[in-house]
Amino acid sequence: MILSSVARRHLLLAGAVGTMLVTTFWPLVAQQAPDAPPPWAQGRPAQDGAAQKLAPVSPPPFATAADKIPVDKFKAPNGFKIEVYASGMVQARSLREGSKGTIFVSSRLSDKIYAITDRNGKREARPVITGLYRPNGIAFHNGTLYIAELSQVSKVENIEDKLDQAIKPTVIYSDLPKDEPHGWKYLTVGPDNRLYFQVGAPCNICMPPDTHAQIRSINLDGGDMKVVARGIRQIVGMDWHPVSKQLYFTENQRDWLSEEFPEDKLNRLVNPGKDNFGFPYCHQGNMPDPEFGWGHDCKAEFTQPLVLLGPHSAPLGMRFYTGQMFPAEYRGTILIARHGSWNKTIKFGGDIVVVKLNDDGTVKSVEPFITGFVQDNNYIGRPADLHVMKDGSVLFSDDYNGAVYRVTYGSSPVSAR
Amino acid sequence: MVATSKKHGVQIIVFALTLLGGATIAALADTMEERLAPCLACHGAQGQSEKPEVPSLGAQPAFYLLVQLYMFREGMRVVEPMNEMMKGTSDDELRSMSDFISKLPPPQPAAENDDATRLDQARSLIHANRCNYCHSQNFVGGENIPRLAGQREDYLVKALRAYKHNTRRAYEPWMSNVLYAITDEQLADLAYFLARVR
Repeated sequence: MILSSVARRHLLLAGAVGTMLVTTFWPLVAQQAPDAPPPWAQGRPAQDGAAQKLAPVSPPPFATAADKIPVDKFKAPNGFKIEVYASGMVQARSLREGSKGTIFVSSRLSDKIYAITDRNGKREARPVITGLYRPNGIAFHNGTLYIAELSQVSKVENIEDKLDQAIKPTVIYSDLPKDEPHGWKYLTVGPDNRLYFQVGAPCNICMPPDTHAQIRSINLDGGDMKVVARGIRQIVGMDWHPVSKQLYFTENQRDWLSEEFPEDKLNRLVNPGKDNFGFPYCHQGNMPDPEFGWGHDCKAEFTQPLVLLGPHSAPLGMRFYTGQMFPAEYRGTILIARHGSWNKTIKFGGDIVVVKLNDDGTVKSVEPFITGFVQDNNYIGRPADLHVMKDGSVLFSDDYNGAVYRVTYGSSPVSAR
Repeated sequence: MVATSKKHGVQIIVFALTLLGGATIAALADTMEERLAPCLACHGAQGQSEKPEVPSLGAQPAFYLLVQLYMFREGMRVVEPMNEMMKGTSDDELRSMSDFISKLPPPQPAAENDDATRLDQARSLIHANRCNYCHSQNFVGGENIPRLAGQREDYLVKALRAYKHNTRRAYEPWMSNVLYAITDEQLADLAYFLARVR
């Protein structure tokens, strides 16, 4: 966000006043460490407090063996069944389907993209592209697979005819920063036949450069880049409302402020090119940041979220359910994979929720759909992305076990290999 | 290196063959000690490295070691001798190696005569950036978070700078996240402090 010099002066004054107020009153709220860290870092727990046990959770570098995947512990509502669709894909992340039925699975930490195909009546998953750098984002359109790595977007045309060859993608866009923090991307093709992806903020909390904390779109050749939204911290899930064609996306908010807030969001892009969702000034729509928020009116200045998805729940992949298999109440809902928290003593999220919408596209309710990924406050799986199959069943990926599962309703399930 | 015993002699031969013959560790040795002899020749048999910028491995969390060895094997993290050494190791071997190495004794912290000013500056940074929230009390680490206590100061400087400037491939991008706002001079103070944690 570019501030005028007037606004900057106001901000500085507000910041100065704010700092004076904080240094006067904050010690009443929290313990003051003897070496006086900056005000925004005060209030954190004592040396041997619970926060010291919080560290991000890494997935293992190996996929879980098929017979050890704890699918029996995952719970779905009555009438639904969950089974392993394919396994052995290290840190399986985003899901896309080719026009010939190939399921593509990306990764965030390994360098591979996998394809799940049926070969001689047997389903198998194998790496089809390797040597990529954080290839979290994939999208399929008219026979072409598009790949968003950390700092470039590339494509493979007619990929489903090339699955047995050595595949080298063609780079179509590389004018991207190389920062690791929040550098992995989510990729989607819009109803306007343009590619959409985010450039996350290069930090937990900071003033991002003009090139970061935004959603960009490019055409399918990689040209004509537009910034369609700003003020987002990190996005790892996007999908298009089937009727209004508006872009909905999940957004992860900052850590280390509190275990209980800010909550992560579900957003909707209403004014492409104009919407600003608040980072770093405001979190969860209405919460000024202790350092950057002084002088800002969160609700007046920034686009509000549609709904809050819980503190640090890490909502990632999301899909509008457009199938016919699930009961009627699921038509037009959004299924969201909440990867689960690490910045909380008692883990939160680690599930898939179903979001029901009003006719105007706003949110009516958020309820659990699939649970069981957290046992005894430890992850036994972490859902990452979803995909609605043509028959109305739903696939979801689990980057902790390196597996993809299929959720069906009513009909007899197809067993995995 | 002077062979002081037959076993030491075997280690040297194994090490030399590994370098000259390009053979993998697994192909040449039987016991874990022998298998890891080429590694410990640089990294130190007692968990303490005496070689500049080569990290001490003693008491590193096994998960962290596994991830680093995996990245070396896959070529995701590029460090010439390490990529060569890890070629062809199986997943199970990676697990056994990391388990063994994690049980080596922790390295001894750097000598006394500490510069109080630098230590204080480092403590402020650690408070402000919550280093010990992930790296734990006394910086022993855990899971995918490495032990920092008593690590070689020159290796810490090298690693911190490489994370900050995105020249070291990380499994997860947390360190470049944290180091975004910390200067190179401040990194040197952090390394000074951590090498001396007792």
